[in-house]
Amino acid sequence: MSQSDQAVKINWTLLFMGWLLVSVSTTISLFFSSVLEYEPCVLCWYQRICLFPMVFILAAGLFPNFDESVIKYALPLSIAGGLTAFYHSLLYAGIIPESIQPCSQGVSCTEKYFELFGFVSIPMLSFIAFSTLIALLLILKRRTSK
Amino acid sequence: MKYVLVGLTCVALILAFIGGSIYYKGLQVEKYGFMAEENAELFVRDHSPRLGSDDAKVFIVEFMDPACETCAAFEPFIKQIMDANPGKIKLILRYAPFHDGADNFVKILEAARMQGKYWETLDIMFKTQNIWASHHNYQPQRLWKILPRVGLDMERIKKDMHSPEIAKIIEQDMADVKALNVKKTPGYFVNGRPLQTFGSQQLYQLIMSELDRQYPQ
Repeated sequence: MSQSDQAVKINWTLLFMGWLLVSVSTTISLFFSSVLEYEPCVLCWYQRICLFPMVFILAAGLFPNFDESVIKYALPLSIAGGLTAFYHSLLYAGIIPESIQPCSQGVSCTEKYFELFGFVSIPMLSFIAFSTLIALLLILKRRTSK
Repeated sequence: MKYVLVGLTCVALILAFIGGSIYYKGLQVEKYGFMAEENAELFVRDHSPRLGSDDAKVFIVEFMDPACETCAAFEPFIKQIMDANPGKIKLILRYAPFHDGADNFVKILEAARMQGKYWETLDIMFKTQNIWASHHNYQPQRLWKILPRVGLDMERIKKDMHSPEIAKIIEQDMADVKALNVKKTPGYFVNGRPLQTFGSQQLYQLIMSELDRQYPQ
């Protein structure tokens, strides 16, 4: 196997990991809303808008072979989602006061539904997922732009 | 190979989702069963209006709202099942006025109860609901014109509906709504067992299975 074949294989695996991450996140997100019946707040919806399409966008980049243009399409979505998740986490933690945030109707964005190990909240999980994805995409970008 | 890997991952995620929901619903049934045994007053409070024989062994607890369209649609269905099984079913109504302003209609209904006209009032409220609460566009003034038909003293209603006892009933019911995790109306429990997926067929089956259990042939 030549060196470039090896590199393409690693790229494919990295992208596959990214796809796995968004697919698992999407499944968990849907599980929260439709099985556990946690009502998604406005900010959650913005993050979901960024997350859900990536299941298909990243999958499209996996076939038939690794396609580097997927980075260009997935990065804006992951950055937008990551920023929203960051803002949401600050709001949830009480660092930004709730009164200046946009979701006054429906479910409050600081409604506590679930905290893993007592401190990992849903917005934080989302932030971790988006940051990991951004990191993966940036690594791929570096590897492909030689 | 790539296709197989991605395909299998999708299948695994879908199976995990389905498995998770089945597991979660099992836990819920167990939890509510336990609550029904240990903490029956969460389901039935002394103040809760009830219909049916005192000897009935099947208790349908319905969390409802007089302004809720689906509640109105389900009422004849429940009555039909009760009529088909005389003496075996008791219906207990609990309030869950989720929408803003919906609690006012609960207050009117409870005030009518003070005049001994609870079920008649509920019946006419449900039947004329499209006039005064079409798609949650509440128009109480229209209801005021309708209610005298069942012979209510409207002046007394206007006074009674603001009584602290009624406010307390709603407060208690809303606290139980939270404890039992009722998110939508109508929410049904049959002898403490929750209706897992919403639908008339599912409700019918739940009631029938509980009837079979309590009254073996």
